[in-house]
Amino acid sequence: MSAQTVDQIFVLIKAWLMGHVPIAFQPIASAILSVAPVLVVFPLLFAITTVLERKGLGRMQNRYGPNRVGPYGFLQPMADGIKSLTKEDIIPRSADAVVHFLAPLLLVLASFLAYAVLPIGRNMVITDLNAGVLFFFAIGSMVELAVFMAGWSSRSKYSLLGAMRAVAQMISYEIPLVLSAIVVIMATGTLSTVAIVDKQAVYTHGVAHWFLFTPWGFVGFILFMIAATAESNRSPFDLPEGESEIIAGYYIEYSGFKFALFFLGEYLGMFATSGLAITLFLGGWSAPVSFLTWIPSYIWFFLKLLVFIFVFIWVRGTFPRLRMDQLMGLAWKFMLPMTLLNVFDVGIWHLMPHGILRWIVCTAVLILPAMLLSRTLNRKQKLQTRTYRYAD
Amino acid sequence: MLGEGLLKGLAETARNFFGSYAGKDRLTTLQFPEERAPRIEASRNFPFLVYDGADPEAGLRCVSCFICEKECPPKCIFIEKSTDKKPDAVGKQQFYPARFNIDVSVCMSCQICVEVCPFDAIKMDVAFEEASTGRFSDLLWPKQRLAKSNDYYHEIHPTEAAGVDAELAAARAKAAAPKPAPAAAPAAAPAAPPASGGAAE
Repeated sequence: MSAQTVDQIFVLIKAWLMGHVPIAFQPIASAILSVAPVLVVFPLLFAITTVLERKGLGRMQNRYGPNRVGPYGFLQPMADGIKSLTKEDIIPRSADAVVHFLAPLLLVLASFLAYAVLPIGRNMVITDLNAGVLFFFAIGSMVELAVFMAGWSSRSKYSLLGAMRAVAQMISYEIPLVLSAIVVIMATGTLSTVAIVDKQAVYTHGVAHWFLFTPWGFVGFILFMIAATAESNRSPFDLPEGESEIIAGYYIEYSGFKFALFFLGEYLGMFATSGLAITLFLGGWSAPVSFLTWIPSYIWFFLKLLVFIFVFIWVRGTFPRLRMDQLMGLAWKFMLPMTLLNVFDVGIWHLMPHGILRWIVCTAVLILPAMLLSRTLNRKQKLQTRTYRYAD
Repeated sequence: MLGEGLLKGLAETARNFFGSYAGKDRLTTLQFPEERAPRIEASRNFPFLVYDGADPEAGLRCVSCFICEKECPPKCIFIEKSTDKKPDAVGKQQFYPARFNIDVSVCMSCQICVEVCPFDAIKMDVAFEEASTGRFSDLLWPKQRLAKSNDYYHEIHPTEAAGVDAELAAARAKAAAPKPAPAAAPAAAPAAPPASGGAAE
């Protein structure tokens, strides 16, 4: 079997299976064959990630993670799944039962829909929409609706507070998220995720044309990842959950499998945004150097995804949660100016002639304002001293 | 520069993560049922009754004076006095508990019963892996279950037990030596100074 056959094995299997389906049923069969693997692989990845996360966080805090269920504790997700399936599903008496029921479903649905445009390997994408990136962000904003439905329908103060925080945070970070992705669209001139990857899977001197290897791509990638962390409500931006202050935020009134569905939706959202970051900046399924192209494309995609997951866990194990004003300050005072500057920078990059000068100018345009911004934002703010008239 | 502290933090957690695979000093957890930390001698968690010798019935130090029952803050001790007498740890004829129960579910391990016991009969145990399957049957521990030998006491609290043994030996010697004294003592008592009374004898 040649390397190309291994690379295309899933595509070939699908084509072979489609040969046995009558013409009338081919559209629906093709859709099912494309969607089913995504519905299996990513929840499985979610299960593995939960145990890896708990183990990794444990190691970072000088303790073992779960290590009792199965070999090295890797059957823990099964135990968790059985537990959440057999638990009583409580709906608060004053809750809006229909909306309360629909919210977790909508969250998972929205998270799954985002995978429709992610190219997992060469020729392996569910639909190649010509507005793929736009579709992704449009679907991504459905998550906010689901979160607010959950918070509102539970009729609990904690839920509502969590949902309000979540919506405020997600809407604030949607702007830098989209603006940091725009640079790639400007550079490639297309919204199709497949075309974006194809543009990056080109090699000069054996190195791929990933957008990560350009000044604006690097900065855009970092900004995108910060915004993606905030979008998926991951630590250190997990204010909507805020165990220590509002217990679990918008899903406090959920129990049993609905609670598990919220977790599933959250992790699927995290994988999807990571997948989009890989697609936009890290060349999707392409290898970083040309002599490694014999490794199948889907393996490259999942390797990159696993690295992303590790970084997410690492970040969660390191940083404390931000305060609400710090969160908003970061979004509006730092992320937004930097993304706008980045958009300007990619324009300069496009118009300047190839060469070392282009690199120097484009790097300087980003680094100098970033340093100035960080110095201004880091300056100690003089707060007026508060005097208490009656408390002393 | 913005992000310097973030990188420092990330480096620290990465050192913890990889260090936990390299050596024990970054992974201090003891895997409890298989591994155990050495017990601290002063640790305590639940009272037990001490008996001397081999027979828990005959050697029980408790004389059922009810002090612990009265002092117990959550009132978890239940004593029933015997009708007959038996020699206690010092050798005197004393009552003994016909029944001595402690409700484990109520006991809060405060050690007050131990502090107030004038006979060194109740002490704190260290066994903590106690579980029972019966909610109503197994939680009221009778004296058969509470009684543990003096050797066991020496094993779990060596220093404390040695002190108690020395005191008891002194009391036994005192009780044994001036044997003729009790006959004269009541007579001498009204005369106030027992020392001079003893000297006159």
